Amino acid sequence: MNSLIPLLVAAPLAGAALLLLGGRALDRFGHWLATALAALSFGFGLALFSDMLGREAEHRAITKHLFSWIPVNGFQADISFRLDQLSMTFVLLITGVGTLIHLYSVGYMAHDERRRRFFAYLNLFLAAMLLLVVADNYLLLYFGWEGVGLASYLLIGFWQHKPSAATAAKKAFIVNRVGDMGLSIAIMLMFVEFGSFSFEPILGSAGTVGGAAQASEGKLTAIGLMLLLAACGKSAQVPLQSWLGDAMEGPTPVSALIHAATMVTAGVYLITRSSAIFDLAPDAQTAVVVVGAVTLLFGAIVGCAKDDIKKALAGSTMSQIGYMVLAAGLGPIGYAFAIMHLVTHGFFKAGLFLGAGSVMHGMNDEVDMRHYGGLRKHMPVTFVTFGLGYLAIIGFPGLSGFFSKDKIIEAAFAKGGTEGWILGLCALVGAAVTAFYMTRVMLLTFFGEKRWQPDADGNAPHPHESPKTMTIPMVLLAFGSVFAGGLFAYNGSFLTWLEPVTGHSEGDSPLAPLVVTLLTTACMLAGVAVSYLMYGRSAVPVVPPVGSPLTRAARRDLLQDDFNHAVLVRPGSALTAALVYFDSRGLDGFVNGLAATIGGISGRLRRVQNGFVRSYALSMFGGTLVLVATTLLMRSV
Amino acid sequence: MNPVNYLYLSALLFTIGAAGVLIRRNAIVLFMCVELMLNASNLALVTFSRLHGTLDGQIIAFFTMVVAAAEVVVGLAIIVSIFRTRHSASVDDSNLMKL
Amino acid sequence: MSALLTVTCAVPAAGAVLTAALPAGSTEARRSTTKAVALGVSAVTLVLAAVVATRFDPHGARYQLTESYSWIRSFGITFSLGVDGIGAVLALLTAVLVPVVMLASWHDADPAPVAPDGTFENRRRTQGFFALILAVEAMVIVSFYATDVFLFYVFFEAMLIPMYFLIGGFGDRAGGPEAARQRSYAAVKFLLYNLLGGLVMLAAVIGLYVIAQDQGLGTFDLQTLTSAIADGKLQLTGTAEKALFLGFFFAFAVKAPLWPLHTWLPNAMGEATAGTAVLITAVVDKVGTFAMLRFCLGLFPDASKTFAPAILVLSVIGIIYGALLAVGQKDIKRLVAYASISHFGFIIMGIFALTSQGQSGATLYMVNHGISTAAWMLVAGFLISRRGSRLIADYGGVQKVAPVLAGTFLVGGLATLSLPGLAPFVSEFLVLVGTFTRYPAIGIVATFGIVLAALYALLLYQRTMTGPVKAEVSTMPDLKVRELAVVAPLVALTILLGVYPKPLTDLVNPSVNATLSQVHETDPAPAHPVAATSGGEQK
Repeated sequence: MNSLIPLLVAAPLAGAALLLLGGRALDRFGHWLATALAALSFGFGLALFSDMLGREAEHRAITKHLFSWIPVNGFQADISFRLDQLSMTFVLLITGVGTLIHLYSVGYMAHDERRRRFFAYLNLFLAAMLLLVVADNYLLLYFGWEGVGLASYLLIGFWQHKPSAATAAKKAFIVNRVGDMGLSIAIMLMFVEFGSFSFEPILGSAGTVGGAAQASEGKLTAIGLMLLLAACGKSAQVPLQSWLGDAMEGPTPVSALIHAATMVTAGVYLITRSSAIFDLAPDAQTAVVVVGAVTLLFGAIVGCAKDDIKKALAGSTMSQIGYMVLAAGLGPIGYAFAIMHLVTHGFFKAGLFLGAGSVMHGMNDEVDMRHYGGLRKHMPVTFVTFGLGYLAIIGFPGLSGFFSKDKIIEAAFAKGGTEGWILGLCALVGAAVTAFYMTRVMLLTFFGEKRWQPDADGNAPHPHESPKTMTIPMVLLAFGSVFAGGLFAYNGSFLTWLEPVTGHSEGDSPLAPLVVTLLTTACMLAGVAVSYLMYGRSAVPVVPPVGSPLTRAARRDLLQDDFNHAVLVRPGSALTAALVYFDSRGLDGFVNGLAATIGGISGRLRRVQNGFVRSYALSMFGGTLVLVATTLLMRSV
Repeated sequence: MNPVNYLYLSALLFTIGAAGVLIRRNAIVLFMCVELMLNASNLALVTFSRLHGTLDGQIIAFFTMVVAAAEVVVGLAIIVSIFRTRHSASVDDSNLMKL
Repeated sequence: MSALLTVTCAVPAAGAVLTAALPAGSTEARRSTTKAVALGVSAVTLVLAAVVATRFDPHGARYQLTESYSWIRSFGITFSLGVDGIGAVLALLTAVLVPVVMLASWHDADPAPVAPDGTFENRRRTQGFFALILAVEAMVIVSFYATDVFLFYVFFEAMLIPMYFLIGGFGDRAGGPEAARQRSYAAVKFLLYNLLGGLVMLAAVIGLYVIAQDQGLGTFDLQTLTSAIADGKLQLTGTAEKALFLGFFFAFAVKAPLWPLHTWLPNAMGEATAGTAVLITAVVDKVGTFAMLRFCLGLFPDASKTFAPAILVLSVIGIIYGALLAVGQKDIKRLVAYASISHFGFIIMGIFALTSQGQSGATLYMVNHGISTAAWMLVAGFLISRRGSRLIADYGGVQKVAPVLAGTFLVGGLATLSLPGLAPFVSEFLVLVGTFTRYPAIGIVATFGIVLAALYALLLYQRTMTGPVKAEVSTMPDLKVRELAVVAPLVALTILLGVYPKPLTDLVNPSVNATLSQVHETDPAPAHPVAATSGGEQK
């Protein structure tokens, strides 16, 4: 069975290679080929899953060694895979949601002349993401990690003729590279400390203790902080969050798959996977929860102010991943809930993005929500699926988001002490704000009066429901949004499933679970109510009002780009310019100056040759005199 | 007569010749001054020969005379040809090889 | 004693003479003959170099296939050749790149008609160009195979002559007199820098000989000298060893080039044709880094250790400095040149970290940088030849009109920024790990290089390939079949060596171990080693 693991990666990889090298011949059916291969990969995933369920909890992890990748003395990196409950969860999420989004893209990209290439990149993404989660060592994980970065770069910049898309793609890659730097330093630290960077020897597995237990806390904290830096890059956490909003330049299915459901959650995977390290490094854990808490508020605030539907959802994604990172930073109390929220978020956020894509599809690619309004009559399927996703994300009791988010807030309080109170309150405030901005999105898009106008060319949008290839994935994801949470929470099934990998412990919460649930629900209802008062009762202006300074800052992503510009970009370009000057005038100037000096001296010396016989004769006499005088002097001494 | 006096004479003649070479511009005069210097050294050689009682100095003096004669032939020919082409015997005018 | 190595060196040398002697290229047919002959010779050389690499047994003696002929007996100078894993791999790289460069420069040296009646500027241009390339190839291969210090020195210096003519005589002709002036400036600068380095090295070579002769070892033979140094038969005083080390190292650091001796490279690569630029950075410069491994470490182990920290600091400055300057360039070819300076910093860092990961990584880096930079630079050359401008600002939106060109250019850029899965990643990571185990601070600073690499590679791609299509590039044709034949093997090798570099590491590892044991260095041991269970089958 374990030889199926490489095939999991190989199927979409083959698709990508075929579509990229196959040329125009594949234009006609390439997209279906890609979708079929994604589905095939999902099939392999299901087969492996059923096989895994057939074994006892402790023996579920399987490995597959393919070949030795980089063998150098003492440094052993292999292409080898490890599939345990944690990776299995991801495999199913990635291939499942991935297949649905392939299907959706068949309709969404129907009129794009470069559709074949789009599907090649999507397949490439699936392969890299699967590699990331089934790798059995950190270096191979890094391979997948950068591979998804590449796929993300290619897909964000898919419409390369738009300068904004090209810039956004480059920005995403470079910000991610800063995170990747953290990952590579972490791997180097592990190599120095353990002489290895494979999961099992360092982290241990069910029943065995890994090498991490022997290392000093300082070393583990350093490794943990570097891993956190990596996670911040990939998961768009503060301070490396700035790329996610711009990444919405990519086609909407990409935003759904990569920048909502799967890739951006890789940071959470990394932290959870490295739980053995973080558990022994409390300082690193504190850093993780701080990052998570700050980002969940940051993203939520940004989400409140955006008029671009995709950017509002991007702020929300950032915020929701903040929840997951927060939970992962809580240690064994939170790992399982982080992953649970990750999966449910995968369903409802992918659904919301696909819904947004469907709206844009019907509205001539208009993204400004102030130009929507009243769309529920024109797009009933989109409205219903989007609405279910909305209810799930705000944590409406009974839907997916309710179960997972509630557990995270509970775990935050269970952290104990002042820290627990602060984190818990942050999470509660986050829940209220989430409800506020999501209600805002909902009201602006589907309710109220229609606000769209003809564009400059006089083409008025004719909102219509999207084709079946697009609505079917939306419906399926809506099912997930509704039922997944309940299924996972039923009898603690998800917890039991993941426990052999991540471990679990109950903290001691100062508040009873029921109190937390009630508080959360109250916060959520308050958020909805405020939003309804602001946007539901009166007509929404088409031109955005000036707003308070906070609103204006939030519209500019809380000045993140201004900050990066002032602190990094401008000094960086000044330094570069100075160095270019230094290289040509300083270093090269020195060398050229040396050459010029020698030339100058010989020019001076040349003037002695004035062409007058007498002066030559004089110098000869002088020379003779000097010689004679020296000889005499030497004699006399 | 003390032979050292011939050495003083020789030094005097050499100095006159050298001063002439450095000061005068006319190629012929220059040439004569060079001859004067050569002959001054000839005189010194012969004197030393006499002083030491060996023939070495006299032999070298003969060599010098032969070389000087050859030099006169070549040198005068050059001066004449320069005078023909440039209508001047001043050495300052012939500085064509200066860069 | 088989003559395989001599034959491998002699084939391109003879080919150079033959090519130069072919009839002048006033007609297309004659030029094609010239090119076909040169390409054929380089293909034969490739086969021979591959045979050498396969005949080399990694588990056998340090130097294999050795040959030795007496040359200048009174000074103990011999014509001795022999390969170790590193030399075999680098000679193979040279032999792979030369035919690729020839194919890429197919029309770069065609004489241009200067008058309408069909008279040409210089009818022997084509012959000259291809003969010079073959001459460079022969000299470089001798340098990689030489096991006699003096023999190495002679060819290390002699390759400057054909390179000088290649840089100064063949560039893009569109520029007019100003471009010609720049080109000759670049060629003279290249020559002067490297001659100065060579001069210092010559003094050190003579010094080494004099000291060795005083102790009864009047020879230039590398193996004799290194083993004599290792078992104490040849003793250098501390000062003498340091001075000689610096003499050798200076020459190699100029050639490599190491910061701050790098300023000739951007000029040379900028003004030369793309093919020549690849020869400079991917082939000729590798002799410098190769020689550091073989001569500096082998002959002067103690001085190498003494100077290693200082050299590491210079190389890490080079990494960051080169990358920052690449970001600030306006000229595509100069950008590639500064990127190469950054990469040479990595190579030198790997060598002088004195760990087996670092040195294996550095050797792989030489190969991988050769291949990936060749791909990047040659595609850049194709791009430039279509538009006739080296300025980045003159391009925009090329991917719309020439997607294959843009795609291969992106692959070259991604290789340069060391994306995992492509060959340079393997070597860069090994170098970083190897450095980090001994000097963590330097390793971390060098890691910033990977962010800057992403910045310059992607900025270049964004500015030239994406955005709205500029009017001047709107009719640009995509890659032709010949150009695809140039790029395809390079891209294939980049991917292959990125996923499965084992054949190379197997060749290189034993030689690296031998080098390290010469310096009496061992790898730092991990603090809490864990049993490597990676690779086990299902339990």
